[in-house]
Amino acid sequence: MTEVLDRPLLTPDHSPHEEHGPSGLLKWLTTTDHKIIGLSYTVTSVVMLVIGGALAEMIRFQLTTPNGTLVSLAQYNELFTMHGSVMIYLFAGPFAFGALANIMVPIQIGAPDMAFPRLNALSYWLYLMGSITMLSGFFTAGGAANFGWVAYAPLSNSTYTPGAGADLWIGGLLLTGFSAIFTGVNLVATIFYLRAPGMTMFRMPIFTWNMLVTAILILLAFPVLTAGLIMLYCDRHFGTHIFSVAGGGVPVLWQHIFWFWGHPEVYILALPFFGMVTEILAVFSRKPVFGYKGMVFATLSIGALSLGVWAHHMFTTGVVLLPFFSIMSLLIAVPTGIKIFNWIGTIWRGQIWFSTAMLMAIGFVITFLIGGLTGVYLASPPLDFFTHDTYFVVAHFHSVVMALVLGGMGALYYWGPKITGYLLNEAIGKIQFWFLFLGIQVFTIPMYMLGLDGMPRRMAVYPHDPQWQTLNDISTVGAVMIGLSTAIFVVNIVVSWKKYPAGDNPWDGQTLEWFTTSPPPHHNFYRLPQIRSERPTWDYNHPEHRSIGHTTPEPPRESERTSS
Amino acid sequence: MKVESKIMLGLGLFFGIIVAVYWFWGHDNTGSVMIFGGMLLGFLPGGYYWWWSRRMAARPEDDPEATQAQGAGVVGAFPATSIWPFTLAMGSFFVVLALVFGIWFLVPGLALVIWAAFGGVAESRRGGRV
Amino acid sequence: MESPALSPQGVTARQRRWRRIRRVAALPLAALALSGCTVPNFGASPGATQSSRSVFHLWQGFSILAVIIGGLVVALILWSVVRYRRRGDTIPKQSQYHIPLELTYTIVPFLIIFGLFAATMVVENKELANPTTKVTVDVNAFQWGWRFTYPGHNAMVIGQTTQDPEMVIPVNTNVHINLTSSDVVHGFYVHAFNFSRYALPGVLNQFTFRAVQTGTFDGQCTQLCGLYHSLMFFRVKVVTPAQYQTWLATFTTPTAASAAAAAQKALQGQSATYVPTRVTTSRGAN
Ligand code: HEM
Ligand SMILES: [Cu+2]
Ligand SMILES: [Cu+2]
Repeated sequence: MTEVLDRPLLTPDHSPHEEHGPSGLLKWLTTTDHKIIGLSYTVTSVVMLVIGGALAEMIRFQLTTPNGTLVSLAQYNELFTMHGSVMIYLFAGPFAFGALANIMVPIQIGAPDMAFPRLNALSYWLYLMGSITMLSGFFTAGGAANFGWVAYAPLSNSTYTPGAGADLWIGGLLLTGFSAIFTGVNLVATIFYLRAPGMTMFRMPIFTWNMLVTAILILLAFPVLTAGLIMLYCDRHFGTHIFSVAGGGVPVLWQHIFWFWGHPEVYILALPFFGMVTEILAVFSRKPVFGYKGMVFATLSIGALSLGVWAHHMFTTGVVLLPFFSIMSLLIAVPTGIKIFNWIGTIWRGQIWFSTAMLMAIGFVITFLIGGLTGVYLASPPLDFFTHDTYFVVAHFHSVVMALVLGGMGALYYWGPKITGYLLNEAIGKIQFWFLFLGIQVFTIPMYMLGLDGMPRRMAVYPHDPQWQTLNDISTVGAVMIGLSTAIFVVNIVVSWKKYPAGDNPWDGQTLEWFTTSPPPHHNFYRLPQIRSERPTWDYNHPEHRSIGHTTPEPPRESERTSS
Repeated sequence: MKVESKIMLGLGLFFGIIVAVYWFWGHDNTGSVMIFGGMLLGFLPGGYYWWWSRRMAARPEDDPEATQAQGAGVVGAFPATSIWPFTLAMGSFFVVLALVFGIWFLVPGLALVIWAAFGGVAESRRGGRV
Repeated sequence: MESPALSPQGVTARQRRWRRIRRVAALPLAALALSGCTVPNFGASPGATQSSRSVFHLWQGFSILAVIIGGLVVALILWSVVRYRRRGDTIPKQSQYHIPLELTYTIVPFLIIFGLFAATMVVENKELANPTTKVTVDVNAFQWGWRFTYPGHNAMVIGQTTQDPEMVIPVNTNVHINLTSSDVVHGFYVHAFNFSRYALPGVLNQFTFRAVQTGTFDGQCTQLCGLYHSLMFFRVKVVTPAQYQTWLATFTTPTAASAAAAAQKALQGQSATYVPTRVTTSRGAN
C-alpha cells in the first residue's frame, strides 16, 4: 500500500486511526513511519542512557576508597570502556539524530516523512542490533572490550587484547556506524528535498539547521571511523600490521583516524542539543531566536572548523603540528561564544516561563559554559600537556555531555507532548531538574580539582594517594544525585501516564510542529499555514506580533486548500 | 536549490583552503588525505546541486512567496510498511557475528542480506508492500 | 637505603599534598581573591621546573579571563532569569537582530582568542625549546613499569608497578629525555612538572626540562596501557649535582651493571602482580 501524497497531505476527516495494515509486533517490525521509528529510537537510547549510567555508578563506587574492591582491575577497564562507548555510540548520538531529529525534522519543515522511509527503518534495526552486539561482550568469557572507548592501537590489537569482547565492540560499532551514516543521508535528503512551499532554507527552525550540519558532519566523519575499524579488524585477525610497529605499521595512525572521526563526533553530539535548547529558550521567552542568521552561520562554521582540529586530542603525542591545531581549536570558541550570547539575547527582555523544559535549557547553558571555558584551556598545548589524561579532562567533557543530558531532558519535556499527546508532571519535573543540575555540579567540580591535583583518568585504584578520597566521595554523591534524577524521570512517566492531555500547542510554540495535532497524523499534517518566516505557527497565532525586521510584512493566511 | 549548493560548495572550499595550509605547513599525509576527502565530499554534492539549480525553476520551497497551493501534487511515494529493512539488518547482524564467532555465520547472514535485497527491490518495482 | 616501596609517602610528601589539596579546594574562592594583591593559583601549582612555572603563569592568565567571561555570562543569565520572569500575558517586543551588538560579540572573542594563542605560543616555544644539555636520560616505558638508563654511564634503574623506580637527576641542570615505549602507548607524567608526554611505540620522543628545586616527585603513567595501568608509578628524585655524581658512581662497578641487566631480564620474564615481590634493582645507597 503506497500512498501518493498531495499537499495538503490529508483531509481533516481522515483520522490517523484509519490506517490499515499490520498491528502489534509485526507493525513495529515493518513500520516505516518516522514517528514510530523515532519513538523506538527514543526508548532504546534512553535504555542505553540507563545502562551507561549504571556502569558509571559502579565506576564511581569503586573510586570511593583508594583501594576499591567493588570490581577487579580488569573489570574496571571494562566498566569505563563500556560506559564511554555506550554513552557516546549508543546513547548521545542516536538519541539526538535517531530519536529527536527523526521525529521532529520532517514535521518542522512540513514534510510527510523522511525522504527514504525504508532506509530510516534500516537505520534503527542496525542501531538496535549493533547495541546488542556491543553489549553482549559482557557475556563472553573474556569480558567486554577494555581498551577505553578510543581503542588506542597497539593496545587494541590481538596481542594485547585478545578475545571476543573486543571484536564484538568493533562489530557493534560497524553496525551503528552504518546506521548513523544512513540517518545522515536521510536527514540531508529530507531537508534539501521535502520542505513545504515557502519553507526556504533561511526559514528553517534552528533545530533543523543544526541537524543539517550534524548530518553533513556524520557523512564526513563516520566513513573514516568505519574504515579505521576495518583496518583494526584486519590487524587483529588477518595478520596485517597497519597499526603495529612490528610489521612496519604506525600506531599513531589509529589516533589520527579515530580523532578525525572523534572530534566531529563531539559536534555531532553537541549540535543537535544546541538546536533543541535554542528552540526551548525562544518559545518559553515568547520571543524569536535572537540573531537567527548569526546562529546559522555560527553552526556552519562550527561544523566546518570541527574537521580541522582533531589532533588537539593528540598534543602529547609529540608528533602533531601544535600551532595549527591549537589555533583552529581556539577559533571554535568564537562561534560557540556567538551562540551563548545569542541565547542570552533570546531570553533578554522576554517573558520567561519557567517550565521544566526551560529550566533544563537554562541549566544546559550554564553547564555547557563551564565545559566550554575549560575546553579553551585544553586547546592550548602547554596547558594540555599539564592536564591531558587527568580527571581535569574527564570533568571537562562531563560538563559538556551532562549539559547535553540536561538539554535532552528538556527536549523530552518540550516535544514529548507533541508525540505522545500528553504532558509530563511539571512539579516532579522541577524536582528532577534540581537533582540533575545540582548533581552535575557536585559530580564535576571535585573532578576538576582532582585532575589539577594530578589524578590520572582510568584509575581503578589510587593506593599512593589516599588524600584523593574525599573529593572522590563528593563526586560520587553527585553521581548518585544524577542517578536519582533519572529515577525521578521514570517515576514521572509512570505518574503522568495519559493523565494530562496536551492539546496541539501547549507551549505557544512557534514552529510548524505546533501547527499539527498531538500526536500528528500518519503523514504529519492535515493542513499547513502560509510560511513567511521561520516561525509560521507563531505568525499564524499572533499575526500582530511578527518579528521585527522581516522582509515580508504581509500577514499569513491559512492555506486555502484544506482538502483535496 | 541555490542555497543548498552554496552550503556544500562553501564547505568544500573551506576544506580546500585548510588542506592547502595544513599540507604546506605540516607535511602530514594522513590528515591531508582525510581533509582532502572532506573537500571532495563538499564539492561533489555541491556541484550536483549547483548544476541542477541552474537548470530548473525555483521550487516552491525555494520561493519565499510560495503559497501552499503551489505545492499541490504528488510529493513522492512513501511505502507504508516494509519488512525488508528488518530482514537486511538481521542479515548484517549475522555477518558481523561471523567476524567474531566464525565464518559459518555468513551462511544465514548473506542469505538474509540477499533475500532482503531482492525483496526490497521487488517491493519498489511493484510500488508497495509485498 | 630508600623507604620500602609500598609506603612511598613520606610525612613531608603527605603534608605537601594536603597543602595542595587545600589550595585546590579554594578554587571557587579564587575570584574573591582577585581583589587581593597576589594572583590566585586557580588550582594549579608553580611546580618544580623552569617551564612548569611558565605553564603555571599561562594557567593563571587563562583562568583570569575564564573567570571574567564566565562571570559576565552567568551574571547576564541570572539577571535575565530574575528580571524577565513571566509577569502576565503580554507579548514582549519581538526584536530579533541587533547587528552592532552581534558584531561586537563576534569580534571581541576573536581578539581574545588571538591573545590567548600568542601567549600559548610564547610558553610553548619556551617549553619545547632544545637547549644544550649535559645530562641525558633514556626513559623506556613497558607494561607495566619504567626503565631509566643514563647513556654513557652504567646506571640503570628499572621497576614495575608499585616498586616506584626512581629517576635521579641533578637540580638546575638541563636534562634531556629520550622517551620510548616497548609495547603499547604509555604516558610519562610528572605532576610537579606540569607536563606529560606519550611514550609511543616506534617513536622517539624527546624533551628537555630543568628542575629548579630538589625533592622527590611522583610520576605515573597516564595513558591506559592495560591491566595494571593504575599502578604504573615512578618517582623523580631531584638532587644536587654533587649527590648526582655520587649516585652515578655507585654504578661503576661491573657487578652493579650486570646485576641491573639481570634484573631487567627477570622483569621481562615475569608478569606483574598486584603487589609484586621486589625485584632487586641495583640502586646505590642514597
Ligand atoms: C550518570 C552520569 C555519569 C557519571 C556518574 C559518569 C562518570 C564517569 C567517570 C567517573 C568516568 C571516568 C572513568 C575513568 O576514567 O576511570 C567517565 C568516563 C567517561 N564518560 Fe561518563 N559519566 C556519566 C555520564 C556520561 C555521559 C552522559 C557521557 C556521554 C554522553 C559520558 C561519557 C564518558 C566517556 C566517553 C568517558 C571516557 C571513557 C574512557 O576513558 O574510555 N559519561 N564517566
Ligand atoms: Cu576534540
Ligand atoms: Cu602505562
